[in-house]
Amino acid sequence: MTAIVVISAGLGVPSSTRLLADRLAAATAASVDDLEVVTVELREVAHELTDHLLTGFPGQALAAAIDAVRRADGLIVVTPVFSASYSGLFKTFFDVLEEGTLDGKPVLVAATAGTARHSLVIEHALRPLFSYLHAVVVPTGVFAATEDFGNRGLDARIARAAGELSALMGASTSAAPTGRRTVGDEFADPTPFEHLLQQAGAA
Amino acid sequence: MQIGIFTVGDVTTDPTTGRTPTEYERIKATVAIARKAEEVGLDVFATGEHHNPPFIASNPTATLAFIGAQTERIILSTATTLITTTDPVLIAEDYAKIQHLLDGRVDLMMGRGNTGPVYPWFGKDIRDGIPLAIENYALLRRLWQEDVVTWQGKHRTPLQGYTSTPRPLDGVAPFVWHGSIRSPEIAEQAAYYGDGFFHNHIFWPASHTRQMVDLYRRRFEHHGHGPADTAIVGLGGQFFMRRNSQDAVNEFRPYFDNAPVYGHGPSLEDFTHQTPLTVGSPQQVLERTLGFRDYAGHYQRQLFLLDHAGLPLKTVLEQLDLLGEILPDMRKGFAEGRPPHIPEAPTHASLVAGAGGAKDATVYAAADDVTGHRAEEQVAQVRA
Repeated sequence: MTAIVVISAGLGVPSSTRLLADRLAAATAASVDDLEVVTVELREVAHELTDHLLTGFPGQALAAAIDAVRRADGLIVVTPVFSASYSGLFKTFFDVLEEGTLDGKPVLVAATAGTARHSLVIEHALRPLFSYLHAVVVPTGVFAATEDFGNRGLDARIARAAGELSALMGASTSAAPTGRRTVGDEFADPTPFEHLLQQAGAA
Repeated sequence: MQIGIFTVGDVTTDPTTGRTPTEYERIKATVAIARKAEEVGLDVFATGEHHNPPFIASNPTATLAFIGAQTERIILSTATTLITTTDPVLIAEDYAKIQHLLDGRVDLMMGRGNTGPVYPWFGKDIRDGIPLAIENYALLRRLWQEDVVTWQGKHRTPLQGYTSTPRPLDGVAPFVWHGSIRSPEIAEQAAYYGDGFFHNHIFWPASHTRQMVDLYRRRFEHHGHGPADTAIVGLGGQFFMRRNSQDAVNEFRPYFDNAPVYGHGPSLEDFTHQTPLTVGSPQQVLERTLGFRDYAGHYQRQLFLLDHAGLPLKTVLEQLDLLGEILPDMRKGFAEGRPPHIPEAPTHASLVAGAGGAKDATVYAAADDVTGHRAEEQVAQVRA
């Protein structure tokens, strides 16, 4: 079984961001056998995200979302464009992830906006963010302005991006060792104190 | 089981009056709180160490000695001693000194400190936090255990033939706890030495406290100090109580909503659900506290944080009175179902007994009391 998490940062109900997210998920499901899809509406954990910034730990729903991301084989992330970039809510979710959570994980990036003038937000804002987080960003990012919905060009881009995501998950690198030790590793198999002493130079 | 309080010495505005205490008032309040802690029958008072506003917690040994002079019985400790930015040579000297002054009524809790900017004030770098905690503590132990230390490390100047004075009281160093909120390395450090491990506990969900304490217990056993359930564990805690639980909620809410750590974040209801904070009646505080064992196992030291969020001194003293009232039941509750092989927290007396009795550890140096020159150096000079 393959598992993906869809992160949607749309604020309206219904939202065009969620609409695009659902179409990307459906297209991915069409090309991956036995795909498990978990969708996270960031609006529903917006308070918990702010609380996490202030307290340093996630509430129950946010903890479940973060855990789903950690275990996922790939992500579909969709944000509305606010002030020429991803929304603050969208960024906050990725700000609270433990370092290394997205290491080697295939991520399909997508954005919605009221005008096509924002289309390069994919390349200017989303791609660098996920490169920084050591994710493997799907070559085709999907941008949809209001006028793109119902347009055949969008269908083609969705299909191509979903196909690329499936291919990358097939060759997923997320299981490959990265050399990074997570907090989970430290609890399961702590660095022996003798080694910590050596590192500290106080043999 | 030791039950006590700890303070971080923050100067915080009372949100209900808009008044901020002066440093003088806060410092004196700390002393009044410590004296009250002894009066109501608590076992431990611990003070933090900070070197920046809004804290008045610099120079903890002066504070502890001053309190020690006005108390008889209560153990004085730290929460925490900054092992990263404080020279271990000074820690060795200062705490051995108050050990003598207080007849052994002292122990310490090591911590790394809270903010990056503090480190460079003491010539350090927060990125070295863990290595500093490890190297400095390794040196501190030697300074207490060995009369003459020759040492070289990465983070301070080398020592040659150095003797830390005074030597520990009765030849036994103060017991050391290691406090850490999130770093598994520090739980590992505490386990390696068979020292105590203290988890702040407050502001964190029980699941997190459990994994830190579990790790320490598991590694304590791994390093050969005894079964995991005999490891020495301390926990923080936080409450606000009134005889009527709704009164407690109403009175504490403005303090909660504006508190420095969690204020303007989660609701009081969410936070009391997610963390050990208990706001309610004495009975509720009692039951919640006794429930900490469900995820931490039988433990040795429970410290509450009471003077925070701008609560006035009068209110804090009332909280201590209420704690004193439920203290007998709390002790009884902690004793219930506690297997006989679970040890108590080490004290000076138990450490002395464990070392086979008190021995004076004074190092007598044959030195000229004016120049500090030793006789053998003078002989060496004559020969040269």
